[in-house]
Amino acid sequence: MRPFAFQRPDSLAHAHELTVPEDATAVAGGTNLLDLMKLQVETPERLVDINRLGMTEIQETADGGLRIGALATNTATANDDRVRADYPVLARAILAGATQQLRNRATTGGNLCQRTRCYYFTNIDQPCNKREPGSGCGAIDGIAHLHAVLGTSPSCIATYPGDMAVALSALDATVEIASPDSDERSVPVRDFHLLPGDTPCRDNVLERGEIITAVTLPRPVKAKHLYRKVRERSSYAFALVSVAAIVAVEDGVIARADLAFGGLAHKPWHDARLSELLVGEAPSAALFDKAGDLLLEGARGYGENDFKIPLARRTLAAVMAEATETEI
Amino acid sequence: MSAHLKQDEPVTSNRLDGMKQGIVGQPLSRVDGLAKVTGTAPYAAEYKIDNVAEGVLVTAPITRGEVTSIDKDSVLSMPGVLAVLDDERLTTRAAQGTANEAPKQDPATVCYWGQPIAVVVAETFEQARDAAKHLKVEYRVHEGAPLDPHQVAPEEQEDETVNQGDLDAAMARAAHTVDVEIATEGHASAAMEPHAAIAEWRDDKLTVYASLQMPNYNIAELADSLGMEESNIRLVSRYVGGGFGSKLGISEETVAAAIAARELGQPVRVVMSRQQVFQCIMRRSETTQKLRLASDEEGKLDGFAHHALVSNLPGEEFAEPVLQSSHFLYGGENRQLKLEVARIHRMTAGSVRAPGEAVGMPALEVAMDMLAEKSGVDPVELRLRNIPDRNPEEDLPFSSHKLADCLRQGAEKFGWDSGPRKPRQQREGEWWIGTGMASAARVHNVGEAKAHVTLKSDGTAVVQSDMTDIGTGTYTIVAQIAGEMLGIPIEKVLVELGDTKHPRGPGSGGSWGAASIGSAVYVACEALREKLAHRAGTSETELDLRDGSVVGGNSLVELLDGEDISEVGHYEPGEIADSHTASGFGAFFAKVRVNRFTGETRVDHMLGAFGFGRVLNEKTARSQCLGGITWSIGVALTEALLFDPVDGHLVNCDLAEYHVPVNRDVQDVDVMMMEERDPVASPIQAKGIGELGMCGGAAAIANAIYNACGARLFQYPMTPDRVLAALPD
Amino acid sequence: MSKTITVNGTERPIPSDPRVSLLDFLRENEGLTGTKKGCDHGQCGACTVIVNGMRINSCLTLAAMHDGDSVTTIEGLGTPTSPSPLQVAFVEHDGFQCGYCTPGQICSATAMLDEIAAGFASDASEDLLGEMQASPEEIRERMSGNLCRCGAYANIVTAIREIAQGDA
Repeated sequence: MRPFAFQRPDSLAHAHELTVPEDATAVAGGTNLLDLMKLQVETPERLVDINRLGMTEIQETADGGLRIGALATNTATANDDRVRADYPVLARAILAGATQQLRNRATTGGNLCQRTRCYYFTNIDQPCNKREPGSGCGAIDGIAHLHAVLGTSPSCIATYPGDMAVALSALDATVEIASPDSDERSVPVRDFHLLPGDTPCRDNVLERGEIITAVTLPRPVKAKHLYRKVRERSSYAFALVSVAAIVAVEDGVIARADLAFGGLAHKPWHDARLSELLVGEAPSAALFDKAGDLLLEGARGYGENDFKIPLARRTLAAVMAEATETEI
Repeated sequence: MSAHLKQDEPVTSNRLDGMKQGIVGQPLSRVDGLAKVTGTAPYAAEYKIDNVAEGVLVTAPITRGEVTSIDKDSVLSMPGVLAVLDDERLTTRAAQGTANEAPKQDPATVCYWGQPIAVVVAETFEQARDAAKHLKVEYRVHEGAPLDPHQVAPEEQEDETVNQGDLDAAMARAAHTVDVEIATEGHASAAMEPHAAIAEWRDDKLTVYASLQMPNYNIAELADSLGMEESNIRLVSRYVGGGFGSKLGISEETVAAAIAARELGQPVRVVMSRQQVFQCIMRRSETTQKLRLASDEEGKLDGFAHHALVSNLPGEEFAEPVLQSSHFLYGGENRQLKLEVARIHRMTAGSVRAPGEAVGMPALEVAMDMLAEKSGVDPVELRLRNIPDRNPEEDLPFSSHKLADCLRQGAEKFGWDSGPRKPRQQREGEWWIGTGMASAARVHNVGEAKAHVTLKSDGTAVVQSDMTDIGTGTYTIVAQIAGEMLGIPIEKVLVELGDTKHPRGPGSGGSWGAASIGSAVYVACEALREKLAHRAGTSETELDLRDGSVVGGNSLVELLDGEDISEVGHYEPGEIADSHTASGFGAFFAKVRVNRFTGETRVDHMLGAFGFGRVLNEKTARSQCLGGITWSIGVALTEALLFDPVDGHLVNCDLAEYHVPVNRDVQDVDVMMMEERDPVASPIQAKGIGELGMCGGAAAIANAIYNACGARLFQYPMTPDRVLAALPD
Repeated sequence: MSKTITVNGTERPIPSDPRVSLLDFLRENEGLTGTKKGCDHGQCGACTVIVNGMRINSCLTLAAMHDGDSVTTIEGLGTPTSPSPLQVAFVEHDGFQCGYCTPGQICSATAMLDEIAAGFASDASEDLLGEMQASPEEIRERMSGNLCRCGAYANIVTAIREIAQGDA
C-alpha cells in the first residue's frame, strides 16, 4: 500500500471538495478498495473516508418505493423488513454474495462501484487496459474462465462481479448521485455501469467528486422474485452466471418478466427485448429457449469461458421454469 | 540414558493394550486445545521479539532469465527502509521434503514467474511492502521457456517402471477392458498460516522462529543454505498453522530473514503474502494419466496398466508419485506402470497432502468404476474380487490389509445398493441424485525418531522432541502414549515439541509422524519402566502402573524418592520395511446431487471407512479422516491451479479464486475407523492417517456424478462447465 | 474527535500511519496475535473480529476508520482459565486441527449466534421472513466466510450446534 493522507469530511460538500482531485478516492466499507490498494492496483494519495456522512437510512419514498442510503450496509439492506417482504430478489442477491463479515462492511454505494475480479486486473505485473490504459489485455489470450461473453471489446473482457446490482437492474432501480457543482442527478442503475469499449478504465458514469447518496427502488410489484447464482463452490464464490428475475403469471400467460444477468458482461446485463418476448406468452420450454437465443445472440466466448453461453441459456430456462412453475 | 529400537521384526506384543492407565486410543481432547481456541498459542510470526524489522520478498515478473541490475537506491531513501538484500545465498525455491540440504539458491537466476530475487527490509511492514513494490529491477529474459507439459519430451522415472507379463496380450484376450485417459490439475496446500520466519542472532548463534513441518531436516537445510554449522542454529516451531507438504522443507522467507537479521544486526521477520505463498512454494503437479484394465467375465483383473505424466522445474528430483498405490492395490498378472516428468517453468512441484495417491487414486478408481459397469459387477464386489493376497509386483506379504472389511462394512453403514446400476435413476426437482464409491489406499511410512522422556520426582512427566504438531494431534497422542506407559493421566504429562534444542524427531510429513514419534516415546518409556520395575522389585512386564502408582503398591513419587529419571528413546525403521508392503486402506461412499440445468454438484453425504493400524486417539484420528474427506471434495469439485499460457504465471494465486472447500461444501460426513494392530507398521502397531482420507475420495464423488446424471468426466475438478460439457442429451 | 479504539474494553490510541489495517493494529501495536492473518484480502476469515457487535474481516479495514469503535477479539471472549462456552465446545468437539483459523471461527460463530437471534437471514434461509434457526445448513452457510484448510468443518458445526441448542 502506498502512503496516503487520510481525510474524513464532515459534510457532503466537504466530501465533494476532497474527492474532486485526481489523486483522491472515497472509501466507505473498504472491502474492495483496500484489497486493491494492498495490491497497488489502486494508489490514491488521499483516501477520503465518507463513513460519517450518514446516508445509512432506508426509507419509503413518496411514490411508494424505497430509498436505500448509499452507506446502508449490505447486511442492513438484506435484513430490512420491507426489502425482505417487497423486494426479496434484492435480499437474495445480497445474501448470495460474499460472506456475512464482508456484507457487514460493504455498502450500497461501494458495492455498485465494486471493481472486476479479472486476474490480470489484480496483478500489477500483467497487462490490463482497465488498470493501465494501453497496456493490453492479458485475459484475451490468457485464462478467461471468469470473463464476459456479452458486450466485450478488444480492449477488455472483464465482468462486473457483484450480485446486488444485478437485482437492482432487474428492479429498475435508480442511482442518486450528488455532484460537486450541481444538484443531485439520477441515473437508472441499468445505465450506471458502462461497457468497456475503448475506455475499460471507466467502470461507471461517476465523474470526479461525485458521490452516490442512495439507490431508489420503484413501487413493489406483486410477482415472484428469484435470484439464482451458479458458482463453483456452494458459498463464498463469484458467480459464473447469475440471474435476477421478477416474474408474474396471470391467466396462464406471463404478465411480467424483468430479468437481469450477472457474470456475463462488464455490467449487470439487462436486455429489454427479453421482457417484450416473454410477456403475453404462455410459459414453455420453447419460449425459454427463444429467450435464451435472444439473450445470447451477440455472445462471444474466449475459449476458456465459452461454457458461459450454454450455462446462461440453461440457467435462464431453469429460473423461468421455477418462476412460472413450468415443468421443462 | 538412551534406549534404541531398530525394528527388523514384527512387534506383536501389543504392549499398549496391556497397560493399565487405559488412555491410548481414547477420544481425549487436545492438550493444546485451550491455547488454540483462546488465541494464545504462538505461531511463527507471533513471538514477541523486541526491535524486529520487517522484510518483504521481491519477486520476479518474468518466467526465465537473469537479474541484470537492482537499483537499491530506488527504495533506500523511502521512509523506514533499512536494506535491500540480494545475497547469493537467498533461496529461490522451497526445499523438498527430507531434502536435508539447501534448496536452489542464486536469486539472480530466474526459473519461474514469481520467484523471489531479493528482500527489502524496513522498520514497519507497510514501509517494507510498499518499498518491495517500488524496487527497480532489470532482467534479461530468456525467451521460449517451456510451459506446457505436453509440449516437451518427458523424462522417464525408471525406478517406477514396471513391465510384468504381457499387457497387450491380456488386453487382447480380456472379456472386458477399460482404456481411459484422466487428467488432474495442480493443487496448492493453502495452509491457513502463511509461511513466516523471525530470525534473531546472538553472536554467532542463530535462532529462527518459523512455520516448519520437519525441523529435524530443516536445520540442515538452513545450515547448508547459510554455510553454518547446525550446532549454531536453533529452530522453533511450536505451533504450525497447517502444512500439507508446503512446510516440509525450508522456504524462501526463512533464509531471507536469517541473512537480513545478520546484515542489519537486529531481528528480522519475513512473512509471505498469500499471493507469494501460492506463487513460490510447492504446487502439486498436474497429471495426465492413462489407465488400461483387462478383466475376465467376472471382472477379475488379468492386465493392469497405469501411466502418468507429471511436471516439475528443471533440476528438481521430485516427481508426483502418482503410481504409489497402483503397484499393489489390485491384482493382475500382466502389468505396465510408467511415470514420466516433463520439465517446465512453473513454480516447484512438490508434496501436497498425500503426494501420489491424492491424484493417482481418483484416476484409478474412476477406471475401476468403468470396469464395474462394463462387466456388470457391483463396484464394491469388483474391488473385493481384485484384492491380491500378496503385493503383485514384489511378491511381498502385506503387513495388514483392511480393504475388504472397509468395503463391506462401509457399504453396509452407507446403505449401498448392490443391485444393478444405471445413471439417471433418481431425480428431486432440478437435481439428479446418485451414489458412487471408491477404494482408499496410502502407503505407510515411518522415519527415525528420538524423544526425551523424563519422569520427575513429583510424578509428572516431560516429553521433549523437535517433532512438530501441525494440527495432527501430536501433542496429545504423545501425552497419551507416555501417560499410558508410565501410568499417569495426560494432565501430568508436559509435551514440548517443535524446538531443535530437543532430540530429533521424525518431522510431520507423509503421515509418518504419529507412528514414528510415538514409537520413540514408547521405547523411552519402556526403558523408564525397567528402572521403575527395578525399584519396585518386579519385572518390567509384570509392572502395572495406574494413576501415579504401582497397582496395589507404592506411588511413583515414593519409588522415585526425590530423583528424576529420564531416557532418550530412539526408534529406527529396520529391515522389516523391505520385507512387507505396508499401507493404509479404506473405502469411500458418496451420495451427490447434480443440477440438471447448471451442472453444479453438491455432496450430500460421504462416508469413509479406514483401516490404519492402532487408533491412538479416536477423536483426533477421526478429525484427520474428516479433513481428508474435505480435501477429497476439493479435489473432486473445486481445486485447480490455473496457469497463464503465455508466461506461465499462476493466475488464481489467492483464496478467492483458488477454491478450497468452504463449510457449506461439506454436508453430512461420516467416518468409520476399523481398529486393527499392524505389528509391522511400527512398534506401537499404528500406521499413518493424515492422508488416507483423501486417497480416492474424489473418485467416489466422480462415480456418483456419473451415476446421478450420466456424465462421465475425465478431468478433475468437476466444475459446472465440465459437467455440462459431459452431459449426455 | 476521539482517536482511540476500545479493544476488549480498553481504550487504545490509533497508530499514526493510516495504512495500518485494523488487523495489523491488533497484532502488532496491541500484541493481540490471537487474531490471525491468513490472506490479508478478505478471502479466508481468519482475521474475523467483532466491531460494535458485528463481525468483520479486520484485514479489510483501516484502524484509522474505527476511532470511537469498540472491538472484541478472541482474547476478549475468553482465556485459557476462563474460556467462553463456544471455546469449550470447540475443544470438546475438536472443531479445529492446526488452530490457525480457530480464533476467527470462534469470533465469527459468537457473532453469528447473535445474528440468528436477531433474525438475520442467510442464503440458506428458505423463508426470508420467518424465524431463523441454527440448523446445520444455516450454520454451514453462515460460517462459510471462515475457511478451514484442515477440514474441521463438520466438527465446527457440531460445536456451534451444541451451544446454539443450549441457548434455545
